[in-house]
Amino acid sequence: MTNNSGVTPRSAHVVPRHRADHRADSEQESPVTRPSDAEAAVVVERLHVVRDGRTVLPELSFTVPRGQVTGLLGPSGGGKTTLMRALVGVQRVTSGQVRVLGLPAGTPALRSRVGYVTQSPSVYGDLTVAENLRFFARLLHAPFTDIEAVVGQVDLADHAGDLVQRLSGGQRSRVSLAVALLGRPELLVLDEPTVGLDPVLRRDLWELFHRLADEGTTLLVSSHVMDEATRCDRLLLLREGELVADDSPGVLLDRTGAMDVESAFLAVIDARTDRRAEVPA
Amino acid sequence: MRAPMAPAATLAVTTRVLNQLRRDHRTMAMLIVVPCVLLTLLWWMFDGDDQTFNRFGPPLLAMFPFIIMFLVTSVTTLRERSSGTLERLLTTPMGKADLLAGYALAFGAVAVLQAVVAVVLTVGLLGMDVRGPIWVLAVVAVLDAILGSALGLLVSAFAATEFQAVQFMPAFVLPQVLLCGLFVPRESLPDVLSVVSDVLPLSYAVDAMREVQTESSWTSGLSVDVGVIAGSGLVALALASATLRRRTA
Repeated sequence: MTNNSGVTPRSAHVVPRHRADHRADSEQESPVTRPSDAEAAVVVERLHVVRDGRTVLPELSFTVPRGQVTGLLGPSGGGKTTLMRALVGVQRVTSGQVRVLGLPAGTPALRSRVGYVTQSPSVYGDLTVAENLRFFARLLHAPFTDIEAVVGQVDLADHAGDLVQRLSGGQRSRVSLAVALLGRPELLVLDEPTVGLDPVLRRDLWELFHRLADEGTTLLVSSHVMDEATRCDRLLLLREGELVADDSPGVLLDRTGAMDVESAFLAVIDARTDRRAEVPA
Repeated sequence: MRAPMAPAATLAVTTRVLNQLRRDHRTMAMLIVVPCVLLTLLWWMFDGDDQTFNRFGPPLLAMFPFIIMFLVTSVTTLRERSSGTLERLLTTPMGKADLLAGYALAFGAVAVLQAVVAVVLTVGLLGMDVRGPIWVLAVVAVLDAILGSALGLLVSAFAATEFQAVQFMPAFVLPQVLLCGLFVPRESLPDVLSVVSDVLPLSYAVDAMREVQTESSWTSGLSVDVGVIAGSGLVALALASATLRRRTA
């Protein structure tokens, strides 16, 4: 396998399906894969997504390291949800590769290893919290003992017997999060899980995310609220489908000299706009 | 290879759907009470005219479970699609066949209840004449209900809103009602319509009900009718399964 052009041919990365063991994969791919990729929970290479004739993600490449909380930040409509859907294998992809935990995204073997929370809570309003969790636990082959644990983790123990449609919006999104925690998935993909929550709950959830990361879970958390960025180990800033930054919050602030992530984000975009303006001239 | 279906997942879906229905008293009442009210209304309309009631009773006994289950299923499935729960379900290890079979079992169970109540009412209280075994009426009614559910599952894939799903009822169901032999005997229809009537599953449901009414034992004609109803239900379920895509745009 040669890699003279600096561009990896697609075929070079196609690993036979039966090689599910990611260590075997990394050995085979070692000539073309950067060392950090072997450790990454998510490897995205030149992911290209076109929806209704509009390019949502143009040839995006990045990795998500294992056992960390990675924040996916950027304005609404920037492609965050599309990207997350591609990771869990429900997004139709035009080209490029997405590998999750060493396997192609959406592989059946990944379905019990990846937890996904959609932006609007996807639970049944006409069932109680406990009934929702029992249903999903049976589908995910998660032990029923998990139910009590996850209800406690999202602070809904007092509401286990309540119908979901009677809960507040924030409580409903926490039920949706609890479902994703069932069966202790290795990767959690959370689309705006803290929207509409009060500051105390938000802090509690971020503490939960870090506790899970300390136990080895990889988390990818999206948000359009910039002040949440400092709570992440690592930041991906996505704007109009393009990755404008991929750093730890500290490095990003140092590099831009900004006081907060929002200003840093603007600084990065301004710098890019300037560069682009110079190119044609 | 993974098995396409797992009984545990199928039963999980069935339990969940039944749990949801159990809470929804109004829908349950509509499912059980409305067919009975309509059948009683029919009996009352033909006050004392047993012959006419006997002619219209069996087709309606076939039609009500079909129409009601079509509506309930298409709206329920559409709600699953639009609420995001379908997308979430498709990211779990559950097979698509589990979801459909789970739904079919749950609505099938409701259909059994609905059919038993309707048959007991029409034969027991309203005095509809039936020569064949009465339990066969219930079996045919349940199969009709499952067929309605299967078609409802299928058309929900082509509806973007609940409003559209409800409008599929006149588009898919009413032509079958017109051509099933209720208004004009199927053999007296113009040639083209007679052929159309031959490919519409509800025609066989009505034929089956009439067969049970007029013949004292299970006939080969009844076997054909029951086979066509069950077969169309399976085909509709298979097509519905093809419309459930894990990856969407």
